Amino acid sequence: MNNFQASHDRGWLFVFVAWLVASVSTLGALFLGEVMGYTPCVLCWYQRICMFPLVLILAAGLFPFDRKVIRYALPLALTGWLLAVFHWAVASGIVPERATPCSQGVPCSVELISWFGFLTLPLLSVLAFSTIIALLVLTHFKASK
Amino acid sequence: MKKMLFIAAAVILLLAFVGGAIFYGTQKTEQAGQLAYANKSALVREHSPVLGHADARVEIVEFLDPACETCRHFYPLVKEMLAAHPERIRLVLRYAPFHQNSDYVVALVEAAAKQGKYWEILEALLAAQDDWVVNHAVQRERVWRHLEGLGLDLAQLQNDMNSADIASLIAQDMADVNTLNINKTPEFFVNGKPLPSFGYEPLKKLVDEALAREYR
Repeated sequence: MNNFQASHDRGWLFVFVAWLVASVSTLGALFLGEVMGYTPCVLCWYQRICMFPLVLILAAGLFPFDRKVIRYALPLALTGWLLAVFHWAVASGIVPERATPCSQGVPCSVELISWFGFLTLPLLSVLAFSTIIALLVLTHFKASK
Repeated sequence: MKKMLFIAAAVILLLAFVGGAIFYGTQKTEQAGQLAYANKSALVREHSPVLGHADARVEIVEFLDPACETCRHFYPLVKEMLAAHPERIRLVLRYAPFHQNSDYVVALVEAAAKQGKYWEILEALLAAQDDWVVNHAVQRERVWRHLEGLGLDLAQLQNDMNSADIASLIAQDMADVNTLNINKTPEFFVNGKPLPSFGYEPLKKLVDEALAREYR
């Protein structure tokens, strides 16, 4: 029973941290868009579509704790991760800008921020989605059935 | 316990967001004010159309895009402010033609000014904006039908639109837009002070404060 409770709590904590990451990412994106007035590029929008609902879905999986939350959250997180990796490749010049859907309007290759010389927005997005995926996978294997 | 943790985290995140937004807004207004102060000559040019009394001590500078919907909504409100204090407030219009082909309409109203019908034409076009702006782009051929019956010499107007002084006026206004870092319309300055946040109420407050300061 104690073992069950401990692994149950650990699973809850993993999902909670994943929710924190999603919330910080969402608020960060909203800050750049709504407060600082930057227009999101097309790829940013697609990543937002994956990140914003995670805040609600992961929160719903916390109360009461549902270790099956991975089933609803992982498809969003994986899709967002793929888009973020693609965006990062575009921004770093690995994939040419012309071949992407954002040649019109706001270009996806513009660097808004660059912390420490390498930490750009697409990379932050890759890191956020990676962390969420890792935590969800951990929840799946470590939380008791 | 878990619920408390969750609620505390949510509240902290939201507070950080709101606090950050307020801090950023204040910083930005301060910077815009300093920029306007450092570039006073860029705020008002000799060619800029002025509405109201020359001796008025409260001056509203509005950066306007004739094709911008919000500018259309604000125009009557600004005129109401002027009407309430005709001797004390004046309006200086600058152009920030951000919409596609909007500079065409700017040239048109400036050409109408040469026939002494600047405000009349500007107001007629703003009132009919819905018709000649489609999907945020000016449809040039749809503008002209709103000029009929207003006593304009249309041939002369078309001629004047291409004059060099109007082209340089637009170029100067766009240069000032860049100098003052204006990227949205309408943008207001009241006696050189930018709006702390966008909206009718902040503008009204800024104008009332200026009135109280200049005419105590």
